[in-house]
Amino acid sequence: MIVRSRAPFYVFVFLLIAAGISIATWRHIELGVPWMTGEQRPVWMIEARVDFEGLNEAAQVSLHIPEQPPGFSILTEQAASPGYGFSVLETSASRRAEWTKREVSGPQTLYFKVQFVPEESATESALTRKPRPTPAFWEEPQATAVRELLRQATERSSSPESLTRELIQLLQPDSRTQNTTLLVSDDNYLQLLVHMLNHTGIPARTADGLKLEDARRRQQLMPFLQIHNGERWLTFDPRTAEQGVPENLLLWRQGAESLLDVIGGGNSQVSFSMLRQTVPALQLATLEANQKGLGVLGFYQLPIEEQSMFRMLLLLPLGALIVAFMRIVIGIRTSGTFMPVLIAVAFVQTTLVPGLIAFLSVVAIGLVLRGYLSSLNLLLVSRISALIILVIFITAGLSIIGYQMGFNTGMTVTFFPMVIIAWTIERMSILWEEEGAREVLAQGSGSLFVAICAYLVMSTSLASHLTFNFPELHLVVLGVILLMGQYTGYKLSELRRFTPMKVYD
Amino acid sequence: MDWISPGKLKKLGILNMNRRNVGYIGRYNERSSFPLVDNKLKTKLAVSEYGVKTPKLLQIVRQQHEISHFRELSADLDGFAIKPAKGSGGKGITVIVGRDEDNFVKASGVRISVAMLERHLTNILAGLYSLAGTPDVAIIESLVQSSPALAKFSFQGVPDIRIIIFQGYPVMAMLRLATKASDGKANLHQGAVGVGLNLSTGRSLNAVQFNRPITLHPDTGLPLENIKIDGWEDMLEMASRCYEATGLGYMGVDLVVDANEGPLLLELNARPGLAIQMANGEGLLPRLTNIEALKRPHFSPRERVHYAMEAFGKH
Repeated sequence: MIVRSRAPFYVFVFLLIAAGISIATWRHIELGVPWMTGEQRPVWMIEARVDFEGLNEAAQVSLHIPEQPPGFSILTEQAASPGYGFSVLETSASRRAEWTKREVSGPQTLYFKVQFVPEESATESALTRKPRPTPAFWEEPQATAVRELLRQATERSSSPESLTRELIQLLQPDSRTQNTTLLVSDDNYLQLLVHMLNHTGIPARTADGLKLEDARRRQQLMPFLQIHNGERWLTFDPRTAEQGVPENLLLWRQGAESLLDVIGGGNSQVSFSMLRQTVPALQLATLEANQKGLGVLGFYQLPIEEQSMFRMLLLLPLGALIVAFMRIVIGIRTSGTFMPVLIAVAFVQTTLVPGLIAFLSVVAIGLVLRGYLSSLNLLLVSRISALIILVIFITAGLSIIGYQMGFNTGMTVTFFPMVIIAWTIERMSILWEEEGAREVLAQGSGSLFVAICAYLVMSTSLASHLTFNFPELHLVVLGVILLMGQYTGYKLSELRRFTPMKVYD
Repeated sequence: MDWISPGKLKKLGILNMNRRNVGYIGRYNERSSFPLVDNKLKTKLAVSEYGVKTPKLLQIVRQQHEISHFRELSADLDGFAIKPAKGSGGKGITVIVGRDEDNFVKASGVRISVAMLERHLTNILAGLYSLAGTPDVAIIESLVQSSPALAKFSFQGVPDIRIIIFQGYPVMAMLRLATKASDGKANLHQGAVGVGLNLSTGRSLNAVQFNRPITLHPDTGLPLENIKIDGWEDMLEMASRCYEATGLGYMGVDLVVDANEGPLLLELNARPGLAIQMANGEGLLPRLTNIEALKRPHFSPRERVHYAMEAFGKH
């Protein structure tokens, strides 16, 4: 007796299933493909509006646009500005949207729309090289005041972060001393802070943030302070000394670049309006995957026609799984192993009840005609061929009659695989002659039952969603089918078949 | 609905379909040996070298045009059987027992014309009854004259004896009797009666039809309790020799007892059914594991038969 070890087989099946599940999980986490259908994700639609007066000359408008704001990622960008040339210029330091026009006069309005997706994973800003602090100079008596303030702050702190916090505290109106009132005025507060920090050797800069609230219009950017601690830029609220970027804050501008430059125009200003939108999570994932170049791993980049074909094709393994289960574990007899799956696929296109009626009527009429063919004493191949042609006639006839009677569903008969139906009719009729109507009924209804079960599973939106968006889950299906091939237990039908054995117990 | 629990089935040692396919047919039957048993013509040639007799071959119809010769041959024949060489489960077998003027009389008494038989031959050649639908040949064999001792139990048709041979050891046997419901055929799923046989004596144990226990033959009305097969040991040995001839570790051997020729091999089956367990009122598994556990298998068919008669006889 040959006893082959089953261990490698089970390890292999386990690996298959594990690979399927882990790739699917990776796809869910990394690409954000949702497990369920109809899942929605919030998206912020932000519109920057630039207004300026044209001065009857060539105009160039350059708006700073965010590249990678902490906590968000950019989904789409779009500019609306009729008559203007538009381009996005990317340099190492910044990204700028640039509008240009030869002759501009009167009030002008330009729009730039960006969709942002909140992302928890992207909160940490990237490591950067420490920039050189830019030295600042003060005249007396300000220089003495600055030195005094910095001395106080340095005494009370231990690190660039704490020094920044202390300095902000010292400059607040309620804690002001003589020194600070000398230095601080309303409009130079933030610049003063930046200069002072640079003076102590801490690189500092300003940033502009936008507070996200649903359906706000004409919002202005709020200034923030950023210092470099040697590893990365840290953001501080210059009013409260709070460190970090609040959840609903979008940093539109970071760094020394100006927000808006207008050449050939005057009286320019930027305002922002925002809207909280929801987008199907799947659509989001598709867009993101394509942007990251990961779309290659799915079907999203295929032409739509091929995509819908794959949608259908990828349902077949589920049908095969159900047939395997029904035959191996339940023990239902079907005529032709995978005929039920093909019928189920046709049902998916026709929907159940019309499909069932069409299928049954085609097979019934076919059986009657087959009865006549059998009396002609034909060779098998030509008999099947004749039957295929007859089946096509029947389906055509049913479609036309159905259409004339006003049932569009009559047309759906054409979805059935003709050759399969012809073989089904042939097998059924042989079965009828040899084993009687009972067996025909048993196998026919068994096949239909399995087909309906397969249809019910395949037609759920979840099934088509999972099989199409997580094709790797088919590895799991494969693993389960392989495992079922090892099932040596009793079938459900055998528990009934062997019932008379009870008396020998 | 009446059910039996899986635990009870396990206790009885009932072999089930999945286990038979994976654990016995898949493990012990070489794929390459299947054509030997799936093709009756090849079976005949293979077993003849091992002294196993089969019904006399009258004609082989291989091509469509050879069907015309069938008419000439059949002119002087009274009884014969037409079989597809690659048929399974008795499909496509037509047994002719006599003539009525120009028509032939089937075992069931139905009269059919030569034209209908020719059509049947055409169907066989086209592969209608062959396992994979491949083109087939038809063989025409002389009719088995069943020994009267057994024939009286069967309603028409020839009673045959199915013996399961596992690695050359007979492990279970049953007598199959045709009924009206089975149309003279000896296939249990078509309604034939299965009578379990005591492996050491060749005496009947239980009888079932359509999986239900019975005590009388439904058509002949004869009691099925005290049937005894003559020359039992020789039959077992003959069946056991088929193992050497085919190399199949798990198979069903179908024998008939001819009044003149003695036991004849009707066909071999590489996928024998499970109903034999019901006819015997016993599961196959304990016997199969008994053989599997043998440390030193016996080499000659006679030794194997003796071992099996000793080990599996009911007392």
